[in-house]
Amino acid sequence: MAQVSLEGIRKVYPNGFQAVETTSFTIQDGEFVVLVGPSGCGKSTLLRMIAGLEDITEGTLKIGDRVVNDVDPADRDIAMVFQNYALYPHMTVRKNIGYGLKNRGTPTAEIAAKVEDAAKMLNLAEYLDRKPAQLSGGQRQRVAMGRAVVRDPALFLFDEPLSNLDAKLRNQMRIEIKALQRRLGTTAVYVTHDQVEAMTMADRIIVLNAGKIEQIGTPSEIYHNPASTFVASFMGAPPMNLIEAEMGQGQVRINGYDQLLPVPETYAGSVTMGIRPEDVVLDDRGSVTFRVDILEELGAHRLLHGAIADQPFTVMIGKDDTAETGETRITLKPEALRLFDKATGQKL
Amino acid sequence: MADTTLETPAVTRPRRKIKWATIGDHTVLILGSLLMMLPPLLALTTASHDAVTIHREGLQLTLGDDLGKNFNAAMFEKGGFTQTVDGTLMLMNSFILGIGFAVGKIVISMMAAYAIVYFRLRFATLAFWVIFTTLLLPLEVRILPSYEAIQKLGLTNTYTGLIVPLIASATGTFFFRQFFMSVPEELAEAARIDGAGPWKFFIDILVPLSRTMIAAIFIIMFVFGWNQYLWPTLITTDESFFTLVRGIKQIVLSYTDSQIPEHGQALALAIVAMIPPVAIVVFFQNWFVKGLTESDK
Repeated sequence: MAQVSLEGIRKVYPNGFQAVETTSFTIQDGEFVVLVGPSGCGKSTLLRMIAGLEDITEGTLKIGDRVVNDVDPADRDIAMVFQNYALYPHMTVRKNIGYGLKNRGTPTAEIAAKVEDAAKMLNLAEYLDRKPAQLSGGQRQRVAMGRAVVRDPALFLFDEPLSNLDAKLRNQMRIEIKALQRRLGTTAVYVTHDQVEAMTMADRIIVLNAGKIEQIGTPSEIYHNPASTFVASFMGAPPMNLIEAEMGQGQVRINGYDQLLPVPETYAGSVTMGIRPEDVVLDDRGSVTFRVDILEELGAHRLLHGAIADQPFTVMIGKDDTAETGETRITLKPEALRLFDKATGQKL
Repeated sequence: MADTTLETPAVTRPRRKIKWATIGDHTVLILGSLLMMLPPLLALTTASHDAVTIHREGLQLTLGDDLGKNFNAAMFEKGGFTQTVDGTLMLMNSFILGIGFAVGKIVISMMAAYAIVYFRLRFATLAFWVIFTTLLLPLEVRILPSYEAIQKLGLTNTYTGLIVPLIASATGTFFFRQFFMSVPEELAEAARIDGAGPWKFFIDILVPLSRTMIAAIFIIMFVFGWNQYLWPTLITTDESFFTLVRGIKQIVLSYTDSQIPEHGQALALAIVAMIPPVAIVVFFQNWFVKGLTESDK
């Protein structure tokens, strides 16, 4: 169990590319933190620096109370689960799980007992003598988990561990990993590009973009109060609607649209207005005209894709609501409106 | 009364078409293999005749009566200039050379490839290309300096002198490098986190993964080493270090006291010299194909 703190961590590759800008944050003991962002945003680099697989250009990394900048990965008391699982193909499941313990000079009897325990916990007991090639994707994933769990490390690191699984299995493993982490109480850092994974698994999410932290917060904070237009459009499916507008004196006017809407904030100038698709209500007496182009049926709800004054817009309605293509009137819940600076994209 | 008679459909067995293309292919294949088989077969049949017959009538296609005698003489009769070396000793020498050569090459080239692929050496690429260009410098090109070096080190007429100068292998290094580069990087990282140092990773992970590769290269290199002629001829003057490949020639050349050379024995020895490489290829051909075509990852 350990707290992990990054103080002014920065990564510049020898070719001059800055993968991670100076970042600082602390992960509490037992916390499940998800690093999320599009590919190339530096999330994997950050994880690999924590693991010790990548050198830290600048800054201090602490696991527990120990500065580990120059500590070998083997001595950082961490365990990592890789995207392709990185199981040793020529070893049985038993040997795969026990390899780390064996290298640390654990007595054979103890290894056997610990491997059995881990296998039982992960429902792998009957596969212990198989080789990875004889296992299904989900089982391989579990072996990779077993390899991490068996050493009882201070910190779990996950590098997109579910992206090689099919959708159904992914949902199931998501829950299993989360439950396992809860039960063991081990601090975990999880990297993913899938915002659903981030939302469902994290205690706290760190959203990264182009090597920079955009926002740190609980899933609910990130979803409801995105710190920037990037976070707003990255988190949530469908993403938050972002429309250009002019604002002044407690009112906002959508560009290309003549009507004024009242807003609580007072700010004057160009803004980007954000609203979640589920915070829009179809309303015959609504103040905004919305042109529906496409109806997307999702079972539990329906998505209406279209535009407000030629700016793309999406509305989510319940499965019992009716809608058809063409012009319709909507109301935006005023308390759900989020305003961002048009130039910087930062929250106002 | 429902008496339904099941009408059996008239069986129309399609007349099997004669596939001329297949027949043509097989004819070519059979002729080709017969052609390839002919020399060893001829060697075997000729080896069953006595030296006089062979000397007088040339190669024989029929089996004679002296097969056992010739093999026996080839393998167990002390011969050569000093009358101390027989076929079994030469067979053993050939095995020592073949196996030492193959094992040495595999060990050296695996370690070289490991260093080039897995360690951030400053001039790794340069080193690799330097090794690679030695393909242009086979033993025959550097034979004089090699001989001089070995001779100055006093390694003539030793197994060390016979094997060591030959085991640096650009081909092997190249094969292993390509293979190691195809091993996922995460495997090395996982092993690192699992506390395996460079040596452990090599022994515990890479070597077992390279099994089929090692087998394939072993076969090639064993045959190559077994068939070495020039280097052993140069470096060994002591007959007790002679290999089979040299021994054959020795028998044919033994025109002493206007005797007829023992052609039968020489051919018997040639057959013996052929068996181990053939056997190795036959027994290991599965591994061989696997090692060269697929990687067991």
